[in-house]
Amino acid sequence: MTDLTSMKIAEARDALRKGNVTSAELTEACLTAIEGAGALNAFVHNTPEIAREQAAAADARIKAGDAPAMCGIPLGIKDLFCTKGVPSQAASNILGGFKPEYESTVTTQLFDAGAVMLGKLNMDEFAMGSSNETSCYGNAVNPWRRGNDDAALTPGGSSGGSASAVSADLCLAATGTDTGGSIRQPAAFTGITGIKPTYGRCSRWGIVAFASSLDQAGPMTKDVRDAAIMLEAMCGHDPKDSTSADLAVPNFEAMLTGDIKGKTIGIPKEYHMDGMPEEIEALWAEGRKMLQDAGANIVDISLPHTKYALPAYYVIAPAEASSNLARYDGVRYGHRATLSAGDGITEMYEKTRAEGFGHEVQRRVMVGTYVLSAGFYDAYYNRARKVRTLIKKDFEDVFAAGVDAILTPATPSAAFGLGEMEDADPVKMYLNDVFTVTVNLAGLPGIAIPAGVDKQGLPLGLQLIGRPWEEGDLLNTAYALEQAAGFVAKPGKWW
Amino acid sequence: MSIDKDTAARVAKLARIKVEDDALPALAEEFNTILGFIEQLNEVDVEGVEPMTSVTPMRLKRRVDGVTDGDQQDKILKNAPDAREGFFAVPKVVE
Repeated sequence: MTDLTSMKIAEARDALRKGNVTSAELTEACLTAIEGAGALNAFVHNTPEIAREQAAAADARIKAGDAPAMCGIPLGIKDLFCTKGVPSQAASNILGGFKPEYESTVTTQLFDAGAVMLGKLNMDEFAMGSSNETSCYGNAVNPWRRGNDDAALTPGGSSGGSASAVSADLCLAATGTDTGGSIRQPAAFTGITGIKPTYGRCSRWGIVAFASSLDQAGPMTKDVRDAAIMLEAMCGHDPKDSTSADLAVPNFEAMLTGDIKGKTIGIPKEYHMDGMPEEIEALWAEGRKMLQDAGANIVDISLPHTKYALPAYYVIAPAEASSNLARYDGVRYGHRATLSAGDGITEMYEKTRAEGFGHEVQRRVMVGTYVLSAGFYDAYYNRARKVRTLIKKDFEDVFAAGVDAILTPATPSAAFGLGEMEDADPVKMYLNDVFTVTVNLAGLPGIAIPAGVDKQGLPLGLQLIGRPWEEGDLLNTAYALEQAAGFVAKPGKWW
Repeated sequence: MSIDKDTAARVAKLARIKVEDDALPALAEEFNTILGFIEQLNEVDVEGVEPMTSVTPMRLKRRVDGVTDGDQQDKILKNAPDAREGFFAVPKVVE
Protein backbone atom coordinates (compact mmCIF):
# COMPACT_ATOMS: atom_id res chain seq x y z
CA MET A 1 0.00 0.00 0.00
CA THR A 2 3.00 2.29 0.46
CA ASP A 3 3.01 2.88 -3.27
CA LEU A 4 -0.38 4.56 -3.16
CA THR A 5 0.50 7.06 -0.43
CA SER A 6 3.73 8.04 -2.16
CA MET A 7 1.79 9.07 -5.26
CA LYS A 8 1.81 12.66 -6.41
CA ILE A 9 -1.40 14.55 -7.10
CA ALA A 10 -0.84 14.49 -10.86
CA GLU A 11 -0.17 10.74 -10.90
CA ALA A 12 -3.17 10.02 -8.70
CA ARG A 13 -5.41 12.22 -10.80
CA ASP A 14 -4.43 10.37 -13.95
CA ALA A 15 -4.76 6.96 -12.30
CA LEU A 16 -8.17 7.88 -10.87
CA ARG A 17 -9.42 9.03 -14.23
CA LYS A 18 -8.18 5.87 -15.93
CA GLY A 19 -9.87 3.81 -13.26
CA ASN A 20 -6.57 2.22 -12.16
CA VAL A 21 -7.20 3.23 -8.57
CA THR A 22 -10.13 4.57 -6.56
CA SER A 23 -10.17 7.44 -4.13
CA ALA A 24 -11.42 4.96 -1.52
CA GLU A 25 -8.25 2.90 -2.01
CA LEU A 26 -5.99 5.95 -1.86
CA THR A 27 -7.80 7.19 1.22
CA GLU A 28 -7.58 3.85 3.05
CA ALA A 29 -3.87 3.65 2.27
CA CYS A 30 -3.33 7.11 3.74
CA LEU A 31 -5.44 6.35 6.82
CA THR A 32 -3.34 3.24 7.43
CA ALA A 33 -0.12 5.22 6.97
CA ILE A 34 -1.36 7.85 9.44
CA GLU A 35 -2.24 5.18 11.98
CA GLY A 36 1.29 3.84 11.81
CA ALA A 37 2.94 7.26 12.09
CA GLY A 38 2.03 8.32 15.60
CA ALA A 39 5.71 8.94 16.31
CA LEU A 40 5.69 11.85 13.86
CA ASN A 41 2.78 13.53 15.67
CA ALA A 42 1.84 15.17 12.37
CA PHE A 43 -1.91 14.44 12.39
CA VAL A 44 -3.55 15.66 15.58
CA HIS A 45 -7.25 15.19 14.79
CA ASN A 46 -8.09 12.31 12.46
CA THR A 47 -11.29 12.42 10.45
CA PRO A 48 -11.59 8.96 8.87
CA GLU A 49 -15.40 9.07 8.64
CA ILE A 50 -15.36 12.33 6.73
CA ALA A 51 -12.51 11.04 4.56
CA ARG A 52 -14.37 7.82 3.62
CA GLU A 53 -17.54 9.71 2.84
CA GLN A 54 -15.71 12.28 0.69
CA ALA A 55 -13.76 9.51 -1.07
CA ALA A 56 -16.97 7.67 -1.97
CA ALA A 57 -18.50 10.87 -3.32
CA ALA A 58 -15.32 11.57 -5.30
CA ASP A 59 -15.33 8.10 -6.81
CA ALA A 60 -18.90 8.59 -7.96
CA ARG A 61 -18.00 11.92 -9.48
CA ILE A 62 -14.95 10.54 -11.27
CA LYS A 63 -17.03 7.69 -12.64
CA ALA A 64 -19.52 10.20 -14.00
CA GLY A 65 -16.65 11.95 -15.79
CA ASP A 66 -15.70 15.62 -15.71
CA ALA A 67 -14.14 15.58 -12.23
CA PRO A 68 -11.72 18.42 -11.35
CA ALA A 69 -8.02 17.69 -10.82
CA MET A 70 -8.22 17.58 -7.01
CA CYS A 71 -11.17 15.15 -7.04
CA GLY A 72 -10.46 12.15 -4.84
CA ILE A 73 -7.06 13.41 -3.63
CA PRO A 74 -6.50 12.75 0.12
CA LEU A 75 -5.13 15.81 1.91
CA GLY A 76 -4.06 16.89 5.37
CA ILE A 77 -5.40 20.24 6.58
CA LYS A 78 -3.40 22.53 8.87
CA ASP A 79 -5.16 23.06 12.19
CA LEU A 80 -5.29 26.81 11.45
CA PHE A 81 -8.11 26.27 8.93
CA CYS A 82 -11.62 26.23 10.35
CA THR A 83 -13.30 23.01 9.28
CA LYS A 84 -16.96 22.58 10.02
CA GLY A 85 -17.71 20.32 12.95
CA VAL A 86 -14.05 19.29 13.27
CA PRO A 87 -11.72 20.60 16.00
CA SER A 88 -9.88 23.67 14.71
CA GLN A 89 -7.78 25.06 17.48
CA ALA A 90 -4.66 26.57 15.90
CA ALA A 91 -2.65 24.23 18.16
CA SER A 92 -3.69 26.35 21.13
CA ASN A 93 -5.32 25.38 24.41
CA ILE A 94 -7.33 28.57 24.28
CA LEU A 95 -9.35 27.04 21.42
CA GLY A 96 -9.70 23.70 23.21
CA GLY A 97 -13.01 22.08 22.24
CA PHE A 98 -13.75 24.62 19.51
CA LYS A 99 -15.64 23.12 16.57
CA PRO A 100 -16.47 25.75 13.97
CA GLU A 101 -19.99 25.99 12.60
CA TYR A 102 -18.51 27.02 9.26
CA GLU A 103 -15.85 26.02 6.73
CA SER A 104 -12.94 28.22 5.60
CA THR A 105 -13.11 29.41 1.99
CA VAL A 106 -9.91 27.60 0.99
CA THR A 107 -11.07 24.23 2.38
CA THR A 108 -14.54 24.82 0.92
CA GLN A 109 -12.95 25.25 -2.50
CA LEU A 110 -10.80 22.15 -2.08
CA PHE A 111 -13.73 20.03 -0.93
CA ASP A 112 -15.97 21.42 -3.67
CA ALA A 113 -13.28 20.24 -6.08
CA GLY A 114 -13.63 16.78 -4.57
CA ALA A 115 -10.56 16.67 -2.30
CA VAL A 116 -10.64 14.36 0.72
CA MET A 117 -9.76 15.49 4.26
CA LEU A 118 -7.82 12.91 6.26
CA GLY A 119 -7.51 15.07 9.37
CA LYS A 120 -6.00 18.17 10.93
CA LEU A 121 -2.28 18.78 11.09
CA ASN A 122 0.04 19.89 13.85
CA MET A 123 1.57 23.38 13.79
CA ASP A 124 3.07 26.01 16.05
CA GLU A 125 0.50 27.65 18.31
CA PHE A 126 -1.31 30.34 16.28
CA ALA A 127 1.40 29.79 13.63
CA MET A 128 3.93 31.51 15.88
CA GLY A 129 7.14 29.55 15.70
CA SER A 130 9.71 28.04 13.37
CA SER A 131 10.08 24.56 14.84
CA ASN A 132 6.59 23.31 15.73
CA GLU A 133 7.70 23.34 19.38
CA THR A 134 5.05 25.82 20.56
CA SER A 135 2.12 23.49 19.75
CA CYS A 136 -0.34 22.45 22.45
CA TYR A 137 -0.24 18.99 20.87
CA GLY A 138 3.51 18.61 21.42
CA ASN A 139 6.23 18.62 18.78
CA ALA A 140 5.70 17.36 15.28
CA VAL A 141 8.74 15.34 14.21
CA ASN A 142 10.70 15.43 10.96
CA PRO A 143 10.75 12.07 9.14
CA TRP A 144 14.34 12.89 8.13
CA ARG A 145 17.24 12.04 10.46
CA ARG A 146 20.93 12.87 10.46
CA GLY A 147 22.40 9.69 9.00
CA ASN A 148 22.11 6.92 11.59
CA ASP A 149 21.64 9.34 14.49
CA ASP A 150 18.19 8.81 15.97
CA ALA A 151 17.91 12.32 17.47
CA ALA A 152 14.49 13.78 16.62
CA LEU A 153 14.66 16.79 14.31
CA THR A 154 12.19 19.61 13.81
CA PRO A 155 10.12 19.58 10.64
CA GLY A 156 10.23 23.39 10.84
CA GLY A 157 7.30 25.64 11.51
CA SER A 158 4.79 26.82 11.70
CA SER A 159 3.36 24.31 9.17
CA GLY A 160 5.45 21.53 10.73
CA GLY A 161 2.74 18.87 10.76
CA SER A 162 1.92 19.58 7.10
CA ALA A 163 5.59 19.25 6.13
CA SER A 164 6.12 16.08 8.14
CA ALA A 165 2.95 14.44 6.78
CA VAL A 166 3.72 15.16 3.12
CA SER A 167 7.38 14.21 3.44
CA ALA A 168 6.49 10.92 5.16
CA ASP A 169 3.82 10.08 2.55
CA LEU A 170 0.94 10.12 5.04
CA CYS A 171 -1.08 12.15 2.55
CA LEU A 172 -0.65 13.28 -1.05
CA ALA A 173 -0.42 16.96 -0.13
CA ALA A 174 -1.39 19.38 2.62
CA THR A 175 -2.51 22.93 3.18
CA GLY A 176 -0.15 25.33 4.90
CA THR A 177 -0.12 28.99 5.81
CA ASP A 178 2.78 31.42 5.68
CA THR A 179 3.13 34.65 7.65
CA GLY A 180 6.94 34.93 7.71
CA GLY A 181 8.07 31.68 6.11
CA SER A 182 5.75 29.08 7.66
CA ILE A 183 5.24 27.17 4.39
CA ARG A 184 8.67 27.60 2.83
CA GLN A 185 10.92 26.92 5.84
CA PRO A 186 9.23 23.61 6.81
CA ALA A 187 9.12 22.58 3.13
CA ALA A 188 12.88 23.13 2.94
CA PHE A 189 13.48 21.21 6.19
CA THR A 190 11.59 18.15 4.93
CA GLY A 191 12.55 17.99 1.26
CA ILE A 192 9.17 18.98 -0.17
CA THR A 193 7.77 21.89 -2.21
CA GLY A 194 5.83 24.79 -0.71
CA ILE A 195 4.51 27.96 -2.30
CA LYS A 196 3.19 31.10 -0.67
CA PRO A 197 1.19 32.96 -3.32
CA THR A 198 0.88 36.72 -3.72
CA TYR A 199 -0.94 38.38 -0.81
CA GLY A 200 -4.62 38.36 -1.78
CA ARG A 201 -4.52 35.25 -4.01
CA CYS A 202 -6.09 32.95 -1.42
CA SER A 203 -8.97 34.01 0.75
CA ARG A 204 -8.09 34.31 4.43
CA TRP A 205 -11.71 33.82 5.46
CA GLY A 206 -12.04 31.05 8.02
CA ILE A 207 -8.30 30.79 8.63
CA VAL A 208 -7.43 31.67 12.24
CA ALA A 209 -5.78 35.09 11.95
CA PHE A 210 -2.22 35.71 13.13
CA ALA A 211 -1.00 38.84 11.28
CA SER A 212 -3.64 39.75 8.74
CA SER A 213 -1.46 41.87 6.46
CA LEU A 214 1.05 39.03 6.09
CA ASP A 215 -0.92 35.75 6.30
CA GLN A 216 -1.42 33.71 3.13
CA ALA A 217 -2.41 30.10 2.59
CA GLY A 218 -0.68 27.83 0.12
CA PRO A 219 -0.11 24.19 -0.81
CA MET A 220 2.65 21.90 0.47
CA THR A 221 3.27 19.17 -2.06
CA LYS A 222 5.71 16.57 -3.36
CA ASP A 223 6.71 18.53 -6.44
CA VAL A 224 6.17 21.72 -8.42
CA ARG A 225 3.49 20.29 -10.70
CA ASP A 226 1.41 19.31 -7.68
CA ALA A 227 1.92 22.78 -6.22
CA ALA A 228 0.54 24.27 -9.45
CA ILE A 229 -2.50 21.97 -9.46
CA MET A 230 -3.38 22.47 -5.80
CA LEU A 231 -2.68 26.20 -5.74
CA GLU A 232 -5.13 26.74 -8.58
CA ALA A 233 -7.83 24.99 -6.55
CA MET A 234 -7.09 27.10 -3.46
CA CYS A 235 -6.97 30.54 -5.15
CA GLY A 236 -9.68 32.92 -6.22
CA HIS A 237 -11.68 35.94 -5.24
CA ASP A 238 -13.84 35.75 -2.14
CA PRO A 239 -16.22 38.55 -1.21
CA LYS A 240 -15.85 37.46 2.44
CA ASP A 241 -12.20 38.58 2.48
CA SER A 242 -11.93 42.24 1.53
CA THR A 243 -8.22 41.83 0.71
CA SER A 244 -8.77 38.91 -1.63
CA ALA A 245 -7.95 39.85 -5.21
CA ASP A 246 -10.63 39.92 -7.86
CA LEU A 247 -8.36 38.49 -10.53
CA ALA A 248 -8.75 35.50 -12.79
CA VAL A 249 -6.83 32.43 -11.63
CA PRO A 250 -4.77 31.03 -14.50
CA ASN A 251 -4.25 27.35 -15.24
CA PHE A 252 -0.90 27.20 -13.47
CA GLU A 253 -0.13 23.65 -14.54
CA ALA A 254 -0.45 24.58 -18.21
CA MET A 255 2.30 27.16 -17.69
CA LEU A 256 4.87 24.50 -16.70
CA THR A 257 6.92 24.26 -19.88
CA GLY A 258 10.31 24.19 -18.22
CA ASP A 259 11.45 26.77 -20.76
CA ILE A 260 13.12 29.71 -19.01
CA LYS A 261 15.34 30.84 -21.86
CA GLY A 262 15.84 34.59 -21.76
CA LYS A 263 14.38 34.96 -18.25
CA THR A 264 16.33 37.20 -15.91
CA ILE A 265 17.10 35.79 -12.47
CA GLY A 266 18.45 38.09 -9.75
CA ILE A 267 20.87 36.97 -7.04
CA PRO A 268 20.64 39.39 -4.09
CA LYS A 269 24.00 40.07 -2.48
CA GLU A 270 22.42 40.86 0.89
CA TYR A 271 21.35 37.23 1.27
CA HIS A 272 24.96 36.18 1.87
CA MET A 273 24.76 36.01 5.64
CA ASP A 274 27.69 35.86 8.04
CA GLY A 275 28.11 32.41 9.46
CA MET A 276 25.91 30.73 6.87
CA PRO A 277 26.99 27.10 6.39
CA GLU A 278 29.30 26.47 3.44
CA GLU A 279 26.85 23.88 2.09
CA ILE A 280 24.07 26.44 1.78
CA GLU A 281 26.35 28.83 -0.08
CA ALA A 282 27.39 25.97 -2.36
CA LEU A 283 23.80 24.92 -3.01
CA TRP A 284 22.87 28.49 -3.86
CA ALA A 285 25.78 28.71 -6.31
CA GLU A 286 24.68 25.42 -7.87
CA GLY A 287 21.14 26.71 -8.24
CA ARG A 288 22.48 29.77 -9.98
CA LYS A 289 24.42 27.58 -12.39
CA MET A 290 21.43 25.31 -13.05
CA LEU A 291 19.24 28.26 -14.03
CA GLN A 292 22.03 29.66 -16.18
CA ASP A 293 22.47 26.31 -17.93
CA ALA A 294 18.72 26.29 -18.56
CA GLY A 295 19.13 29.49 -20.52
CA ALA A 296 18.30 32.14 -17.92
CA ASN A 297 20.21 35.35 -17.69
CA ILE A 298 21.70 35.68 -14.17
CA VAL A 299 22.28 39.13 -12.69
CA ASP A 300 23.61 40.21 -9.32
CA ILE A 301 21.17 42.51 -7.60
CA SER A 302 20.88 44.47 -4.39
CA LEU A 303 17.92 44.58 -1.99
CA PRO A 304 19.45 47.13 0.39
CA HIS A 305 16.87 46.96 3.20
CA THR A 306 16.99 43.18 3.62
CA LYS A 307 18.72 43.44 6.98
CA TYR A 308 15.78 45.34 8.42
CA ALA A 309 13.10 42.88 7.34
CA LEU A 310 13.20 40.71 10.46
CA PRO A 311 13.15 43.60 12.94
CA ALA A 312 10.27 45.21 10.99
CA TYR A 313 8.45 41.88 10.96
CA TYR A 314 8.88 41.52 14.74
CA VAL A 315 7.07 44.81 15.21
CA ILE A 316 4.31 44.41 12.61
CA ALA A 317 3.44 40.74 13.17
CA PRO A 318 3.15 40.96 16.98
CA ALA A 319 1.22 44.23 16.68
CA GLU A 320 -1.34 42.62 14.40
CA ALA A 321 -1.36 39.47 16.53
CA SER A 322 -2.07 41.42 19.71
CA SER A 323 -5.08 42.90 18.00
CA ASN A 324 -6.28 39.67 16.34
CA LEU A 325 -5.86 37.60 19.48
CA ALA A 326 -7.84 40.04 21.60
CA ARG A 327 -10.90 38.00 20.57
CA TYR A 328 -9.83 35.09 22.81
CA ASP A 329 -11.52 36.33 25.93
CA GLY A 330 -13.24 33.23 27.27
CA VAL A 331 -16.67 34.49 26.27
CA ARG A 332 -17.56 33.27 22.79
CA TYR A 333 -15.55 30.10 22.23
CA GLY A 334 -12.80 27.95 23.59
CA HIS A 335 -11.32 27.91 27.05
CA ARG A 336 -12.51 29.86 30.08
CA ALA A 337 -10.52 29.74 33.31
CA THR A 338 -12.12 28.56 36.53
CA LEU A 339 -12.68 31.67 38.59
CA SER A 340 -12.31 32.30 42.32
CA ALA A 341 -15.04 33.83 44.44
CA GLY A 342 -15.22 37.54 43.78
CA ASP A 343 -13.43 37.43 40.43
CA GLY A 344 -14.89 39.86 37.92
CA ILE A 345 -14.67 40.03 34.16
CA THR A 346 -11.11 41.42 34.11
CA GLU A 347 -9.85 38.51 36.19
CA MET A 348 -11.69 36.18 33.84
CA TYR A 349 -9.91 37.66 30.81
CA GLU A 350 -6.51 37.65 32.50
CA LYS A 351 -6.69 34.13 33.90
CA THR A 352 -8.24 32.69 30.73
CA ARG A 353 -5.54 34.18 28.51
CA ALA A 354 -2.72 33.21 30.90
CA GLU A 355 -3.95 29.60 30.95
CA GLY A 356 -4.94 29.34 27.31
CA PHE A 357 -2.00 30.94 25.50
CA GLY A 358 1.43 29.31 25.50
CA HIS A 359 4.58 31.19 26.35
CA GLU A 360 5.60 32.29 22.84
CA VAL A 361 2.09 33.51 22.03
CA GLN A 362 1.88 35.45 25.29
CA ARG A 363 5.25 37.03 24.59
CA ARG A 364 4.29 38.11 21.09
CA VAL A 365 0.90 39.46 22.18
CA MET A 366 2.63 41.51 24.86
CA VAL A 367 5.37 42.78 22.51
CA GLY A 368 2.60 43.78 20.12
CA THR A 369 0.70 45.50 22.89
CA TYR A 370 3.84 47.40 23.84
CA VAL A 371 4.72 48.61 20.33
CA LEU A 372 1.14 49.82 19.85
CA SER A 373 0.87 51.51 23.24
CA ALA A 374 0.63 55.25 23.68
CA GLY A 375 4.02 56.90 23.30
CA PHE A 376 5.61 54.04 21.37
CA TYR A 377 3.29 53.74 18.39
CA ASP A 378 5.32 56.16 16.27
CA ALA A 379 8.72 54.99 17.42
CA TYR A 380 8.03 51.33 16.72
CA TYR A 381 4.90 50.56 14.75
CA ASN A 382 4.90 53.49 12.34
CA ARG A 383 8.64 53.25 11.80
CA ALA A 384 8.32 49.53 11.01
CA ARG A 385 5.56 50.25 8.50
CA LYS A 386 7.80 52.83 6.80
CA VAL A 387 10.63 50.33 6.63
CA ARG A 388 8.16 47.87 5.14
CA THR A 389 7.45 50.38 2.37
CA LEU A 390 11.20 50.54 1.67
CA ILE A 391 11.53 46.75 1.63
CA LYS A 392 8.74 46.49 -0.91
CA LYS A 393 10.35 49.25 -2.97
CA ASP A 394 13.63 47.28 -3.08
CA PHE A 395 11.75 44.52 -4.88
CA GLU A 396 9.81 46.90 -7.13
CA ASP A 397 13.11 48.46 -8.24
CA VAL A 398 14.68 45.17 -9.29
CA PHE A 399 11.50 44.01 -11.02
CA ALA A 400 11.34 47.34 -12.86
CA ALA A 401 14.93 46.76 -13.95
CA GLY A 402 13.82 43.58 -15.71
CA VAL A 403 14.30 40.85 -13.12
CA ASP A 404 11.72 38.05 -13.50
CA ALA A 405 12.54 36.08 -10.37
CA ILE A 406 15.00 36.10 -7.49
CA LEU A 407 16.96 33.06 -6.30
CA THR A 408 17.93 32.72 -2.62
CA PRO A 409 18.51 29.93 -0.12
CA ALA A 410 15.25 28.95 1.61
CA THR A 411 16.72 28.69 5.11
CA PRO A 412 20.03 29.54 6.78
CA SER A 413 20.51 25.92 7.94
CA ALA A 414 19.20 22.37 7.55
CA ALA A 415 16.65 21.05 10.07
CA PHE A 416 17.92 21.31 13.64
CA GLY A 417 17.22 19.04 16.59
CA LEU A 418 14.04 19.41 18.62
CA GLY A 419 15.00 21.08 21.88
CA GLU A 420 18.31 22.35 20.51
CA MET A 421 17.14 25.95 20.50
CA GLU A 422 15.48 25.74 23.91
CA ASP A 423 18.06 27.85 25.71
CA ALA A 424 18.62 30.26 22.86
CA ASP A 425 17.05 33.70 23.13
CA PRO A 426 13.90 34.20 21.03
CA VAL A 427 15.72 36.29 18.43
CA LYS A 428 17.93 33.33 17.49
CA MET A 429 14.84 31.30 16.59
CA TYR A 430 13.46 34.25 14.60
CA LEU A 431 16.57 34.16 12.36
CA ASN A 432 15.19 31.00 10.72
CA ASP A 433 12.95 33.22 8.66
CA VAL A 434 15.66 35.61 7.51
CA PHE A 435 15.32 34.67 3.81
CA THR A 436 11.57 34.21 3.73
CA VAL A 437 10.16 37.10 5.75
CA THR A 438 11.01 39.80 3.18
CA VAL A 439 8.58 38.10 0.79
CA ASN A 440 5.64 38.41 3.21
CA LEU A 441 6.45 42.04 3.96
CA ALA A 442 6.41 42.79 0.22
CA GLY A 443 3.33 40.61 -0.43
CA LEU A 444 5.13 38.61 -3.15
CA PRO A 445 4.85 34.98 -4.20
CA GLY A 446 7.69 32.74 -3.04
CA ILE A 447 8.37 29.04 -3.49
CA ALA A 448 10.77 26.67 -1.76
CA ILE A 449 11.89 23.54 -3.57
CA PRO A 450 14.29 20.82 -2.43
CA ALA A 451 17.60 21.10 -4.28
CA GLY A 452 20.13 18.95 -2.46
CA VAL A 453 21.21 17.26 0.76
CA ASP A 454 23.86 18.28 3.28
CA LYS A 455 26.67 15.99 4.41
CA GLN A 456 24.45 14.56 7.13
CA GLY A 457 21.93 13.58 4.49
CA LEU A 458 19.36 16.27 5.35
CA PRO A 459 17.45 18.09 2.61
CA LEU A 460 18.24 21.69 1.72
CA GLY A 461 15.94 24.02 -0.16
CA LEU A 462 16.23 26.95 -2.52
CA GLN A 463 13.72 29.76 -2.73
CA LEU A 464 12.49 31.60 -5.79
CA ILE A 465 10.66 34.90 -5.38
CA GLY A 466 8.41 36.14 -8.18
CA ARG A 467 6.60 39.24 -9.34
CA PRO A 468 3.19 39.90 -7.80
CA TRP A 469 0.38 37.83 -9.36
CA GLU A 470 2.83 35.93 -11.56
CA GLU A 471 2.73 32.62 -9.73
CA GLY A 472 2.49 30.83 -13.07
CA ASP A 473 5.80 32.21 -14.26
CA LEU A 474 7.34 31.59 -10.83
CA LEU A 475 6.15 27.98 -10.81
CA ASN A 476 7.62 27.48 -14.27
CA THR A 477 11.03 28.78 -13.16
CA ALA A 478 10.78 26.50 -10.12
CA TYR A 479 9.88 23.63 -12.44
CA ALA A 480 13.01 24.23 -14.52
CA LEU A 481 15.12 24.35 -11.34
CA GLU A 482 13.46 21.19 -10.04
CA GLN A 483 14.26 19.33 -13.24
CA ALA A 484 17.87 20.45 -13.13
CA ALA A 485 18.30 19.66 -9.43
CA GLY A 486 16.73 16.23 -9.81
CA PHE A 487 16.04 15.85 -6.08
CA VAL A 488 14.53 12.42 -5.44
CA ALA A 489 15.76 11.54 -1.93
CA LYS A 490 13.21 10.31 0.58
CA PRO A 491 13.54 9.82 4.33
CA GLY A 492 14.12 6.21 5.39
CA LYS A 493 11.11 4.90 7.32
CA TRP A 494 11.89 4.54 11.06
CA TRP A 495 8.50 5.45 12.54
CA MET B 1 15.05 52.14 26.17
CA SER B 2 15.02 49.42 28.73
CA ILE B 3 11.93 47.71 30.08
CA ASP B 4 11.80 47.18 33.81
CA LYS B 5 9.59 44.99 35.95
CA ASP B 6 6.91 47.66 36.33
CA THR B 7 6.66 48.27 32.60
CA ALA B 8 6.40 44.52 32.00
CA ALA B 9 3.56 44.40 34.55
CA ARG B 10 1.81 47.31 32.82
CA VAL B 11 2.09 45.65 29.39
CA ALA B 12 0.74 42.37 30.78
CA LYS B 13 -2.18 44.27 32.25
CA LEU B 14 -2.89 46.03 28.95
CA ALA B 15 -2.78 42.67 27.14
CA ARG B 16 -5.10 41.14 29.77
CA ILE B 17 -2.69 38.31 30.51
CA LYS B 18 -2.08 37.42 34.14
CA VAL B 19 1.65 37.24 34.87
CA GLU B 20 2.77 36.28 38.39
CA ASP B 21 5.11 38.74 40.10
CA ASP B 22 8.00 36.33 40.18
CA ALA B 23 7.80 35.84 36.39
CA LEU B 24 8.07 39.56 35.64
CA PRO B 25 11.87 40.02 35.72
CA ALA B 26 12.43 37.20 33.18
CA LEU B 27 9.65 38.61 31.00
CA ALA B 28 11.19 42.09 31.13
CA GLU B 29 14.50 40.60 30.07
CA GLU B 30 12.89 38.85 27.08
CA PHE B 31 11.20 42.09 26.04
CA ASN B 32 14.56 43.83 26.20
CA THR B 33 16.19 41.22 23.97
CA ILE B 34 13.43 41.57 21.39
CA LEU B 35 13.29 45.36 21.57
CA GLY B 36 17.09 45.49 21.33
CA PHE B 37 16.76 43.59 18.06
CA ILE B 38 14.01 45.94 16.86
CA GLU B 39 16.13 49.01 17.69
CA GLN B 40 18.06 48.38 14.46
CA LEU B 41 15.17 50.05 12.67
CA ASN B 42 16.46 53.37 13.99
CA GLU B 43 19.40 53.10 11.56
CA VAL B 44 17.06 53.43 8.57
CA ASP B 45 16.40 56.82 7.04
CA VAL B 46 12.59 56.92 6.81
CA GLU B 47 12.32 60.65 6.17
CA GLY B 48 9.40 61.27 3.81
CA VAL B 49 8.48 57.58 3.54
CA GLU B 50 4.80 56.68 3.80
CA PRO B 51 3.95 53.94 6.29
CA MET B 52 2.52 50.96 4.43
CA THR B 53 -1.21 50.50 4.80
CA SER B 54 -1.83 47.95 2.08
CA VAL B 55 0.73 45.68 0.50
CA THR B 56 -1.21 45.38 -2.76
CA PRO B 57 -2.14 48.63 -4.50
CA MET B 58 -5.82 47.82 -4.64
CA ARG B 59 -8.96 49.69 -3.72
CA LEU B 60 -11.07 47.90 -1.21
CA LYS B 61 -14.28 46.74 -2.80
CA ARG B 62 -17.57 48.27 -1.80
CA ARG B 63 -20.68 46.25 -1.34
CA VAL B 64 -24.34 46.95 -0.91
CA ASP B 65 -25.17 47.79 2.68
CA GLY B 66 -27.61 44.93 2.97
CA VAL B 67 -28.29 42.03 5.29
CA THR B 68 -26.68 38.89 3.88
CA ASP B 69 -26.53 36.77 6.98
CA GLY B 70 -28.21 36.19 10.31
CA ASP B 71 -30.75 34.16 12.21
CA GLN B 72 -28.23 31.68 13.56
CA GLN B 73 -28.17 32.41 17.28
CA ASP B 74 -27.81 28.75 18.21
CA LYS B 75 -24.76 28.32 15.97
CA ILE B 76 -23.14 31.43 17.39
CA LEU B 77 -23.66 30.31 20.97
CA LYS B 78 -22.75 26.69 20.36
CA ASN B 79 -19.06 27.09 21.23
CA ALA B 80 -19.56 29.45 24.18
CA PRO B 81 -18.11 28.28 27.51
CA ASP B 82 -21.25 29.62 29.19
CA ALA B 83 -24.44 30.50 27.32
CA ARG B 84 -27.83 31.00 28.92
CA GLU B 85 -31.22 31.89 27.52
CA GLY B 86 -29.81 32.92 24.18
CA PHE B 87 -26.99 35.05 25.60
CA PHE B 88 -23.29 34.76 26.34
CA ALA B 89 -22.89 34.68 30.12
CA VAL B 90 -20.00 36.42 31.88
CA PRO B 91 -19.13 37.28 35.48
CA LYS B 92 -20.67 40.41 36.95
CA VAL B 93 -19.44 43.49 35.02
CA VAL B 94 -20.92 46.34 37.10
CA GLU B 95 -21.10 46.74 40.85
